[in-house]
Amino acid sequence: MSGLSALFYKELLRFWKVVVQTVVAPVVTALLYLLIFSHVLEEHVQVYPGVSYTSFLVPGLVMMSMLQNAFSNSSSSLIQSKMQGNIVFVLLPPLSYLEFFLAYLGASILRGLIVGLGVWAVTLWYAPFQLPHPGWLLAYALLACAIMGAVGIVAGIWAEKYDQLAAFQNFLILPLTFLSGVFYSINSLPPFWQAVSRVNPVFYLIDGFRYAFVGQSDTDPGLGLLVAGACFVAISALTLMLLKSGYKLRH
Amino acid sequence: MNQAAPAIRVSDLRKRFRATQALDGVSLEIPPGEFFGLLGPNGAGKTTLISILAGLTRADSGHAAIMGHDVVRDYRQARRALGVVPQELVYDPFFNVRETLRIQSGYFGLKHNDGWIDEIMHHLDLTPHADKNTQNLSGGMKRRLLVAQALVHKPPVIVLDEPTAGVDVDLRRSLWEFVSRLNREGHTILLTTHYLEEAEALCGRIAMLKSGRVVALDATRNLLKLTNEHCAQLRLSTETIPAAWQTRLLHDAGGSWRMNFSDYRELETLLADLRGVGTHVLEMQLQEPDLEDVFTDIMKRT
Repeated sequence: MSGLSALFYKELLRFWKVVVQTVVAPVVTALLYLLIFSHVLEEHVQVYPGVSYTSFLVPGLVMMSMLQNAFSNSSSSLIQSKMQGNIVFVLLPPLSYLEFFLAYLGASILRGLIVGLGVWAVTLWYAPFQLPHPGWLLAYALLACAIMGAVGIVAGIWAEKYDQLAAFQNFLILPLTFLSGVFYSINSLPPFWQAVSRVNPVFYLIDGFRYAFVGQSDTDPGLGLLVAGACFVAISALTLMLLKSGYKLRH
Repeated sequence: MNQAAPAIRVSDLRKRFRATQALDGVSLEIPPGEFFGLLGPNGAGKTTLISILAGLTRADSGHAAIMGHDVVRDYRQARRALGVVPQELVYDPFFNVRETLRIQSGYFGLKHNDGWIDEIMHHLDLTPHADKNTQNLSGGMKRRLLVAQALVHKPPVIVLDEPTAGVDVDLRRSLWEFVSRLNREGHTILLTTHYLEEAEALCGRIAMLKSGRVVALDATRNLLKLTNEHCAQLRLSTETIPAAWQTRLLHDAGGSWRMNFSDYRELETLLADLRGVGTHVLEMQLQEPDLEDVFTDIMKRT
């Protein structure tokens, strides 16, 4: 076992030990959204021709859950370790900053994917299975979890109190995911908010991911993937730079 | 591992935290196999020094090396050679004792380490608690687990940062037995403690830090010779004191007299002078200087 795989394993074991909180709860939450919104809107809203509102909503919910849980995994693990002080257990061994990054990132991706799969599985009762573009699904799912896993590392390192992390989560992550077309198409928005949505990278993640399920989207999924890829490269570079400098970890 | 290199070498280490100069040019060399004590009041820079050795803190200037491996440049080898027992009683509440030790081994790239893990758990009386979640351990057991974690990779150099702060007598004793054994087996030990009698009993050599500087560095027995302030406590048959001794003999609240002296010949003179004025000694106790006197003395002087 290399140091990297040990840290990755520890991160997996950590969230798996509280699986009800880290996997089951977000799946139930997503199911509640589905029940409420599809009940209210199914008869009234059709975003794309030939696509029911429930079928439109499911990919958005899956993606939203993946984004939030990938973020949550790395950020809460780090803040807990910092608050408790046991972060020294990973700072004392000969782990490189790259190994540190990859382990936390990998665990975040896996948690995001597991939650995403779970949400998708329970929604199959409400929306018929369809997946015209599995390749896009995989690419978008991986990139989305990776971006949010990395953002979570940055947030976890930056935050010095639970309060600060909660602020990050509630004022940045939650609005970003809610206001990015999970529940609606941005084409239904006034022009100003459409333009705002187009500079929100999360919008591209949800839109492209939905394309994999329903074969229709607001923008070109190729462009979305490019935006997502660029975002991942940028946030990874920032994270690695912070880790290398020892920002808030090694004083 | 470089056998000829000192276990720990620190040269002209400086570190500033905002307004505080935590380390102000510290140099030390600890040969392999030594039991070395690092003493100093709170804020003297002990923990900063240890943190730099462990890679938790980065020095502003100067160098530090473990077994010849620079802690920044060759951090992997340096950290492999070092086991640190942190001062804070930290634990990861997600895992039990055995998981904690297995994961810690994994961080050092050790795959099949269960034999050694069982052995350290046995020596630290952790075996009955192997499957207990760490948050359900008593304070003493948490401390033992920290020691075990520091040893999973069999480091030649072990740093203990105030390991007995707030620890009961039993654990202190068993901890020192265990650490002394590790030292006899060839491990280099660097210890910081506030209990000076511990340092006096265990450490072959001692450095004293004050305001980020080394103010004393010598073998423990030489340090003890630095202060030859002996103290005699006397009970006398009368209150009559020879005039020459009025300022030297101090009357205690309990009715006895105290005198500090550095040369035993002074004591002889005193006894003779007392006899001269017809005062007899009823009882006498002599106190030898200990590390605490030396410590207090050095901290005052510097």
